[in-house]
Amino acid sequence: MTRIRTELFRQEAGKALNNRHLQEALSDFQERISKATATAFSSLSDAEGLRLEARRARMRAIENLDVLLDRLADKILNRGGRVFFARDAREAVEYCLETARRLGVKKVVKGKSMVAEEIGLNEALQEADIQVCETDVGEFIVQLAGEPPSHIIAPAVHKTKVEVGRLFSEKLGIPYTDDPVALTRAARNALRQRFLEADMGISGCNLACAETGHITTVSNEGNIRMASTLPRVHIAIMGMERIAARLEDHDVLLRLLCMGAAGQRLAGYVSYLGGPRQPDQEDGPDEFHLVVLDNGRSRILADEDFREILCCIRCAACLNVCPVYGKIGGHAYGHVYCGPVGSVLTPLLVGVNRAKDLCLGETLCGACRDACPLHIDIPGMLLRLRSKLADGDDGWGVKRERPAEKLFFTLWAGLVRSPGLYALALTAAAFLQRLPPGAKDTITRLPYPFHEWTQSRDIKRLDGRAFRKRWKELR
Amino acid sequence: MNGRKEATLFVPCIIDGMYPEVGEAMVEVLRRLGVELCYPAGQTCCGQPAFKAGYRKEAVVAARHFIRTFESAGTVVCPSGSCVAMVRHRYPELFRDDPGWLEKARAVGGRVFELTEYLVDVLGIEDVGARYRGKVTYHDSCDLLRGLGVREQPRKLIGRVRDVEFVEMKDSERCCGFGGVFSFKYGDISTAILKDKVRNILDSGADTVVGCDMGCLMNIQGILSRTRHPVRAMHIAQLLAGSSDALPSPARRVPHPPCR
Ligand code: SF4
Repeated sequence: MTRIRTELFRQEAGKALNNRHLQEALSDFQERISKATATAFSSLSDAEGLRLEARRARMRAIENLDVLLDRLADKILNRGGRVFFARDAREAVEYCLETARRLGVKKVVKGKSMVAEEIGLNEALQEADIQVCETDVGEFIVQLAGEPPSHIIAPAVHKTKVEVGRLFSEKLGIPYTDDPVALTRAARNALRQRFLEADMGISGCNLACAETGHITTVSNEGNIRMASTLPRVHIAIMGMERIAARLEDHDVLLRLLCMGAAGQRLAGYVSYLGGPRQPDQEDGPDEFHLVVLDNGRSRILADEDFREILCCIRCAACLNVCPVYGKIGGHAYGHVYCGPVGSVLTPLLVGVNRAKDLCLGETLCGACRDACPLHIDIPGMLLRLRSKLADGDDGWGVKRERPAEKLFFTLWAGLVRSPGLYALALTAAAFLQRLPPGAKDTITRLPYPFHEWTQSRDIKRLDGRAFRKRWKELR
Repeated sequence: MNGRKEATLFVPCIIDGMYPEVGEAMVEVLRRLGVELCYPAGQTCCGQPAFKAGYRKEAVVAARHFIRTFESAGTVVCPSGSCVAMVRHRYPELFRDDPGWLEKARAVGGRVFELTEYLVDVLGIEDVGARYRGKVTYHDSCDLLRGLGVREQPRKLIGRVRDVEFVEMKDSERCCGFGGVFSFKYGDISTAILKDKVRNILDSGADTVVGCDMGCLMNIQGILSRTRHPVRAMHIAQLLAGSSDALPSPARRVPHPPCR
């Protein structure tokens, strides 16, 4: 099972902040991609209309998920494919392992799949003595390095070319080079071999379409196309929410996905898969399996406050504008989904208490909501998650965090509804705050629990003559 | 507008307690424009700090108090985008299961305006007769920009201040890393974001950075002061209060009616 490291958020974030290379890489990347995306959107004649349409289509699909998934499954079954509905990670992994065992699979090639990461599929396959090779170059690099991906679209964004050069010379046995072209060629050679040897291909699913009974994968390297057609068996894994009702909806979403992800009109390769090779077809696997994964999604679906997050098409547009992601990178989030979308999705999947830092460690600036092609209200959901942490929530099994803070706000609530007391408290506080060190009107060191602020910043002292007092003279 | 202009002031807690001079500056600007002002003495905090930290029950207490205080007021003006966004957009969520309060919240929310919004959109004034000698850049606060959609109003107002040289900084719309409780709880991440903001301010060559929300400005000023950069962080009300003698200034002291 994949390791969840959400508890290490602070520690990992701290490491990232001290990593100069990472800081530069992240800021360059965000700058480049967010501009490209913004330009691409502004080149559309009716970007806003498209977004609204997409949002409506997504919400509709999610509300009719059972019907749509049935329709998709029927079509795939009719073409000779198999469909498996997995309630949780264990069931999904078991199904994949069983299929591999039955067919005597020894080597697997994979195309980028976050869901596979979510269920810990690689580890499980390796434990069963099956070789797994990631085929997206970024994923290939992080796999060689023994790390999880750090960005939804650019998994190895945190690696410099020098690091990749060292990694390749060590793991692939090529002479050291940090020339991107030479490195890409080395990766390509290594991957070619793996493609030809593999007997099973595993991919994710960017979108599915109920009307046509297909799933769609996109890539810019063509690797997913190879992974899904070369080996004799293919397993596609999709989160149960990744479906569109009609081809029309699918088309709009696909365009927004490519645009949100990399500012492209369309990705380099788009594959539509709907079953095993048919008698009149030359390419394709003998067996095609679709695993539809729940793993906590139906619980999200059942909660109106969070249902909206299931609209997400994992385009990563929100990552590319998030000031916090831009500083701490993807690993700090401690789970496969990172950035703003991860800060909502991960707590809902792995437990809100466990991922509390993800809910609290965001500025709520709202850039993600603006950038999201579906206008998903991520800050709104973060606020709701925070309220669960503040007061506990039985439905989601959340325990109250920080009782001292609760007490503080209870007292605060008593003050804000009684103006007389409030004014008195303000005067008292203005007096007390003469104690911490600093200059006449600034404090340079605040006591716990406010001390983090003054590690890098001064703060102004309260003014003994609050506006409420001054007003009397202004009248 | 039938000639008579009146507004009720909401001075948010940070300004009330820490930066009362910003409140005074706002009063100065509005009076210069002939707006009759009143200030309900019972006002406290809009509830934003509690709400953003997740303490909704406590935020509801503050919200009810705010609504009671301003229920009978006409137009309410507030020199903080995030507080206005709180009242306008978050109160309805707080009271979503409480139809009676929801209705009151919506009514008050529809009458609360952020200062620059009030000046430009409600009063239709861009030139408030101010003068300031300096090179000014502007930081877009997140709640003001994305929550209220206020982008051009402050720029128009700054553009009409005499003697000001205005420069846009890079990424003016990017968060400064404040985020309320966030900046206290995750001080190092907040600082890393803030440092980018400060670099952009310094790179712009401005000697003054202007904003419409004291939270962000407190954050920015905090690091400028610590690192001894001579750049000034200034609330837009303060910039607009610097008056221009060359301009006829309308009745400076408008008598004010008692608050209803
Ligand atoms: S939340 Fe929106 S922007 Fe972020 S990955 Fe999902 S669809 Fe893209």
